[in-house]
Amino acid sequence: MKLESLTQSIGEWLRGTGPESDIVMSSRVRLARNVAQYPFVSRASEQDRADIERFLRERIATVPIGKGLEYIDVGHLEEIDRQFLVERQLISREHADAQGARSVAIDRMEQVSLMINEEDHLRIQCMHSGLDLRGAWEQIKVVDDQIEKVVPYAFHPRWGYLTACPTNVGTGIRVSVMLHLPALVITRQIDKVFRSLHKISLAVRGLYGEGSQAMGDFYQISNQTTLGRTEEELVEQVGDVVPVLIDYERRAREFLVRETQQNVHDQVSRAFGILRTAQTISAEETMQLLSRVRMGVLLGLIGDVKLADINSLLVRTQPAHLQKLRGMELDTNDRNIERARYLRQHFEGGDASSRVIAN
Amino acid sequence: MKCQHCDKQAVFHITELEAGAVRELHLCEDHARNYLNQSESEVETPEEAAEGAVGGGALTGPLGVGQTADELALLDQRACDMCGITFFEFRNQGRLGCPHDYVQFEKELEPLIANIHGSTEHTGRRPSRGPTVAGAEPLPDGTQDLTRVIGLRREMKESIALEDYEKARENRDAIRSIEDRWIGPSASTASEAPAAEMERGSE
Ligand SMILES: [Zn+2]
Ligand SMILES: [Zn+2]
Repeated sequence: MKLESLTQSIGEWLRGTGPESDIVMSSRVRLARNVAQYPFVSRASEQDRADIERFLRERIATVPIGKGLEYIDVGHLEEIDRQFLVERQLISREHADAQGARSVAIDRMEQVSLMINEEDHLRIQCMHSGLDLRGAWEQIKVVDDQIEKVVPYAFHPRWGYLTACPTNVGTGIRVSVMLHLPALVITRQIDKVFRSLHKISLAVRGLYGEGSQAMGDFYQISNQTTLGRTEEELVEQVGDVVPVLIDYERRAREFLVRETQQNVHDQVSRAFGILRTAQTISAEETMQLLSRVRMGVLLGLIGDVKLADINSLLVRTQPAHLQKLRGMELDTNDRNIERARYLRQHFEGGDASSRVIAN
Repeated sequence: MKCQHCDKQAVFHITELEAGAVRELHLCEDHARNYLNQSESEVETPEEAAEGAVGGGALTGPLGVGQTADELALLDQRACDMCGITFFEFRNQGRLGCPHDYVQFEKELEPLIANIHGSTEHTGRRPSRGPTVAGAEPLPDGTQDLTRVIGLRREMKESIALEDYEKARENRDAIRSIEDRWIGPSASTASEAPAAEMERGSE
């Protein structure tokens, strides 16, 4: 698969459609699975890893969902290409940085991805735009069932599906939603919300959270436990809390408009102004400002900008995407200059996403 | 051994696993009580929480509270019959070596898993098994029998290193018969064994 072909689309999670997509960016379910006749990845030899990879590919190719998949050999990719896949959330940072034979299989919609030889032999991921956990769960169930017909998943009657880390054992499921919560951040209510989520054992992490600082007010909420409850119960556990968070965020947005209209309008306009005029800008600052502009669009404070455009910029201004779009490797300084140019061109003429590539 | 916070005798030896790193605590009774109370009521900041969630590594919580240092040392030396990982290695890396570890270290993992999940019993979906390939037998729910090949493969390597080709051939045949049974002959992993050397060794 040519990675360049992916730069033309923005991928499922940033499509900006689906229920509640003003706040819920995407819904995701992943399953951790291992093959019974091999050691877990961290203890597998180079030969084992190659065998696991081949065994899974050969077997998955024989079932219906296997036919629509494209494989990318992550082990032989350049650093920038691995980073590119991370930015699109098709592979994890851990998978990008790992050693040895490993790959990812992706369906054409970029909804399903199968990571081979991440922390577990197989990580199945299914991602839908907006709030659609149920849809993602129904889809991944089909994928998992088909693969289970041909692959002997390691299973123990008491412990369930066996995983390399005991934190994933049992169902092996991680259910998560990516939320955009700028108003809760501005009104300083976000910490309180997180603390209450922790009490009901849900985990929160920031987007691209390499450090602890969540960038651009994007947060991922997910289940922390995988054993002792059914998959449906865990999907519900996360699903039940999302409407509450959506309600908090909406009320915080209303509060901002009602009580601090001038202030918010000023903040949003300044953010928009910087994005349209900056001569050099970092990825972090870009994401922060895009987050504010996104809120401005949703509050009707900025006209003329489409939500899908903002979402698209969120991924296309990331380092690897930017370099792919320019067709060359750039150091940090040059990237910051290129990013600023890309943003200026984009906002000058409305939808300029494709024109910039030709430039 | 002295408590690490005061001069009293340490009676509690606590091992904490977090995100792949291990922390050992040796505490007197008073400090142990403080510690345990504190870790229960501790409120994580969002930053800590985010860190803990990264990589699914929230392996926190006391393991084997009240074990003596000697007991811990003995436990650490125990190794998996299949993949050979020691409990010490697992504690250091936070990752298990193979599916059999859940059987081999069941007693040791139980309190750890109870602490992470608040449960020690899977209630979710179970495999609906048929033959994974034409000619193979349908697998039972549990896959322990197939997992035995991990140990046999290790033994075969050792036999070859010791030039005990007789033994290596036995290992290879055992692997083949298990794999043929559950995943079909075409998927056998024993085919890459240095067959020529084994044959030569039999003369
Ligand atoms: Zn003390
Ligand atoms: Zn093992």
